Amino acid sequence: MSSSSGLKSFFVEIGELTLFASRFFKEVFSRPFEVKELLKQCYHIGNRSILLVAVTGFIIGLVMTIQTRPTLEGFGAESWMPSMVSLSIIREIGPVIIALTFAGRIASGIGAELGSMRVTEQIDAMEVSGTNPFKFLVVTRIVAATLMLPLLVLLGDAIALLGSYIVENIKGEVSFVLYFNKVIKVLEFSDLLPATIKTFFFGFAIALVGCFKGYTCKKGTVGVGAAANSAVVFSSMLLFVIDFIAVFVTDIFFDL
Amino acid sequence: MHTKQNIQTLSGTSNKKSVILEIKDLRKSFGDNHVLNGFNLELFEGENLVIMGKSGSGKSVMIKCLVGLLQADSGTIKIMDHEINTLNQTDLDTLRTEIGFLFQGSALYDSMTVRENLEFPLRRHKSKLGNAANIDELIKEALENVGLLHAIDLMPAELSGGMKRRIALARTLILKPKIILYDEPTSGLDPITSKEIIELMRNVQKQYKTSSLIITHDVDCARVVSERIILLVDGINYAEGTFNELATSKDAQVKAFFK
Repeated sequence: MSSSSGLKSFFVEIGELTLFASRFFKEVFSRPFEVKELLKQCYHIGNRSILLVAVTGFIIGLVMTIQTRPTLEGFGAESWMPSMVSLSIIREIGPVIIALTFAGRIASGIGAELGSMRVTEQIDAMEVSGTNPFKFLVVTRIVAATLMLPLLVLLGDAIALLGSYIVENIKGEVSFVLYFNKVIKVLEFSDLLPATIKTFFFGFAIALVGCFKGYTCKKGTVGVGAAANSAVVFSSMLLFVIDFIAVFVTDIFFDL
Repeated sequence: MHTKQNIQTLSGTSNKKSVILEIKDLRKSFGDNHVLNGFNLELFEGENLVIMGKSGSGKSVMIKCLVGLLQADSGTIKIMDHEINTLNQTDLDTLRTEIGFLFQGSALYDSMTVRENLEFPLRRHKSKLGNAANIDELIKEALENVGLLHAIDLMPAELSGGMKRRIALARTLILKPKIILYDEPTSGLDPITSKEIIELMRNVQKQYKTSSLIITHDVDCARVVSERIILLVDGINYAEGTFNELATSKDAQVKAFFK
């Protein structure tokens, strides 16, 4: 009985999320455009995530290279390190790990912010003052996250490769030019493009779930906490689903 | 359950003034919980009308139906001859500029300074104030009227409860509305600050010539500001009259409020 009601509420939530997403697409192209608020959100969501993404990317590069080197050395194939690490980071590890850290920061932040605005009637006050709160709060955040995450992932990937190079330089005495020559030689358009395209969807999904959980938050501080928490969990799950679909589609078009 | 027939009307009210807001047979339910069961109201121009009722009696639901934050199940709401259920979003937003709403918890935008909070309602409605409107002057004037000009660059988190309520009132006044809806204006405030807010509400009415609909269960507030009181019980108008008329009523339910 309880599992069937849990399943029912899951599908109800999926339905509500779909309606929320369809409202976003309806409102994003209609006037008036909240350009000033969009730029402000780009700054909050993008610029303020740079340090987090940089540290995450750097550690990914370091750790991957340190962990993989002994295995490749066993086969005498350490010269493949730049190729292997760059392909792993650009195609999969970079986008997914950076998107997950981004989800932890942005989805919970948006969920808590909009949730607290909902329970303290700030969203109602906005509506009464003649401003469309969905357009002002939701549309701007989703568009900002969709635009900012790809840029952050590209930055994170570059820093991850830098981290990888530092390990290679220390352990294998590989020069900067040699390392990045090998990286550029192995990377193709078909590696970078699908990986970048999927990060737009990651950014969209993270902000959509954060906004949905916050905007539809039930009354009370417990509701705000639950909104922030479930926004992270739900958006992280959604990331893997999107990743699976993205890899599947990429395989069809680029023959991985 | 009380029906329309046994509504106890304790006094006749002058019908000479024109009606600025009218509610007829308003009904609203949440599932099996029937909150409003045919509520009626007339607010006259320049009048201070207080709605009293115990918690959960539907006062806040009624006031939210008035500004379109909630959709009523049935009934009509007419504000300045516009029936709100028939308005499109643009017309509703235009009409909302004529209605100020002071929320129970002030509802100041946490992420904005006091100045930005006051600027916010002007974003889409500058035209209402004419081309002479200098936004900075309007903000300063509204803050001066509530005695908080010095707080112009503070964040809401730096304000006390009473200051927040005053700033929220200033934000409500900035578009110079014809009607102000107060949702529990003194709740959560100490008696001295409550008196200051009540005094401020009276000054606002004198200065801006607004009509006010005040939801409260603060008897002191009702005594000082009301010209007429409607008692909301079980989703209907249970009793209506001046403060003195209701305070001296023999009806047990009415007496319970004014003990």
